[in-house]
Amino acid sequence: MVFEHKHIISTKVLSRADIELILTTAQSFKEINQRDIKKVPTLRGKTIINLFYENSTRTRTSFELAGKRMSADTINISAASSSVTKGETLEDTAKNIEAMDADVIVMRHPASGAPDYLAQRLSRCSVINAGDGAHEHPSQALLDLMTIKEHKGTLEGLTVAIIGDIARSRVARSDLYALKTMGATVRLAGPATMLPPGLDQLGAEVYSDINAAIKDADVVMMLRIQLEREGGSKLLPTKREYAQFFALNPENMKLAKPDAIVMHPGPLNRGVEISSYVADGKQNVILEQVENGVAVRMALLYLLAGGGASE
Amino acid sequence: MNTIIKNGRVIDPSQNIDAILDVRIASGRIAQIDKDLEAGADEQVIDATGLVVTPGLVDIHVHLRDPGYEYKEDIVSGTKAAAAGGFTSVACMPNTNPSNDNKAITRYMIQKAQLEGFANVFPICSITKGQKGDSLVEMGDLKLAGCIGFSDDGLNVEDGAMLRHAMEYAHGFDMPIIAHSEDESIKDGGVMNEGALSTELGLSGNPWVAEAASVARDIMLAELTGAHLHVCHISTSRSVELIRAAKQRGVRVTCEVTPHHFTLTEEAVRGYAVNAKVGPPLRTAADVAALREGLRDGTIDAIATDHAPHHIDDKNMEFSYAAYGMIGLETALPLALRLVDEGILSLAEVVALLSYKAAKALKIPRGTLAIGVAADVAILDIERVWEVTRQSIKSRSYNTPFENQSMKGKAVMTLRDGNVMHTEV
Repeated sequence: MVFEHKHIISTKVLSRADIELILTTAQSFKEINQRDIKKVPTLRGKTIINLFYENSTRTRTSFELAGKRMSADTINISAASSSVTKGETLEDTAKNIEAMDADVIVMRHPASGAPDYLAQRLSRCSVINAGDGAHEHPSQALLDLMTIKEHKGTLEGLTVAIIGDIARSRVARSDLYALKTMGATVRLAGPATMLPPGLDQLGAEVYSDINAAIKDADVVMMLRIQLEREGGSKLLPTKREYAQFFALNPENMKLAKPDAIVMHPGPLNRGVEISSYVADGKQNVILEQVENGVAVRMALLYLLAGGGASE
Repeated sequence: MNTIIKNGRVIDPSQNIDAILDVRIASGRIAQIDKDLEAGADEQVIDATGLVVTPGLVDIHVHLRDPGYEYKEDIVSGTKAAAAGGFTSVACMPNTNPSNDNKAITRYMIQKAQLEGFANVFPICSITKGQKGDSLVEMGDLKLAGCIGFSDDGLNVEDGAMLRHAMEYAHGFDMPIIAHSEDESIKDGGVMNEGALSTELGLSGNPWVAEAASVARDIMLAELTGAHLHVCHISTSRSVELIRAAKQRGVRVTCEVTPHHFTLTEEAVRGYAVNAKVGPPLRTAADVAALREGLRDGTIDAIATDHAPHHIDDKNMEFSYAAYGMIGLETALPLALRLVDEGILSLAEVVALLSYKAAKALKIPRGTLAIGVAADVAILDIERVWEVTRQSIKSRSYNTPFENQSMKGKAVMTLRDGNVMHTEV
């Protein structure tokens, strides 16, 4: 089948067939990453720009490796070292990059909608959203789906609990849409101050008691909590109280199905949203997520820049 | 030269006129309204057959950006847009640079409009010096200079004691306080209406209560002080309820609604449409219905545009960073006329909300065709279908969510003091 999308901005617009194609493609690329010589010529001559307006280690490295392992030329631009600090508009920056005949721009940006904005204004270049504000982070969701599917064999009928600062989580939104499309049930949980309005209308089950969310779940995904953010102390009293009521620990993990897996998009706040006993426990698949991240991003780059067709 | 506007359907809510009549203008004033007036040799005749003749429309809430932001709009371009929309008078907000908190700027605005403009300008001065919220402007002196009311529009006066004393002091000079009622701390940086859509788009939400809580406070301060409070651009059903109840118990409160708030919902923001970014934000379908009911039952006194021109450089960017506001002078009439088509208001009621009642809310001596007043007249073709395009827009900016949309109803001629300010007959 043919991949119809020019950009990857949101998982909301991906069909079941799209997601299956991405995951199948990623699975075939995963094998490359396990080779001694981790390089194929698939995207030779293609140019990929990582345009990062926010700090990122994991996601940027993952996209960079994904491009390089397929022989694309990969350039990283970070806001601190570019014309961005000189006050250039996003449109001008992006058009300059496009004028240098880049094939894909991978963008992370603190403002929701920035990748949309870019995609509307570029004529040739594909845009991959590597996280925009509190909107979406589709490649993270797709690597989550890949990891879940590897463990559970299917996504259909699973119950996935996502716990933490849902209001400011782009990961939760992208996971919600993709998991729903694949037939899973998604529970979103956290302190009520971190549950934005309308989550039920977006298709989620909403809980402010995390024990209820974890009960009989197949997957428990914890999100990073950032108390140091502006206004954080209006949302939560202390990290101590957060750990007491909203963290995953060996005790409440028992409420999940016995074969449930534990996920986290990273970076971990050990002792805050997740106890080290669980983070390092035998049910955790956190590093598999990271590993699959490279494969999923290879798949996305391939589908956008490599011709798009795959059987 | 004197003029006769012949055979138009004259609608003047101030005198309960709605009939096919002729209007005679002499020496810049309304001289006579009657059937079958004979044109004298020195009189030019405007044939208004099939057209509607109304008092020149009055917009009590515009931003003309002059002085200081002339790259967005100035008094000439802004009043040209007004005339094209059928408006002959506009009340302009003080958030210029420097802000209008003094007699010199107030006079500059009025005079520039008289000498170079295409509509009358009635300045609204700031409540506090520099709109900083901490010390009162010279309200008495400003009234003498031609100011018609006080507002820190765009900003809420957060300090309750400050607003209370502003009301008391303004009341002493029989001047209204015009409130942009939005509690900044509850708003908490929200850039669109809070709800499922803001969650989906990942944009920070501005909940209805930010407006309603502030409206409630402001109403009670008006109740305490006896001052006249005019609430700007209400957007939520709760504000309508609060103002309806306050009016019932005799509080001196008036309010306005913008065409965009009674026409669009938050859905217009989908796709991060920066031209739908406005303060207060576009709300839900239930709010739109409540605003229309408020117009129907008389709770809302005026349709005002909050015409807020912004240069493309202030808009063309990430949604969260883009400026708030949209232009409105040239689309207000057709959007209001949709309420007639939908059976919510009569044509005369729409005309009243855009002229006589609006003027009355802020005691602007316009919005009527009474004999002897300045001949400010709008001639409307309520059936004309036209398209909003960058070429059609007279404003210096074209930040409107209605771009490339079809409109029905157009001011085809606008006269100020009997002189043609705009014509496309």
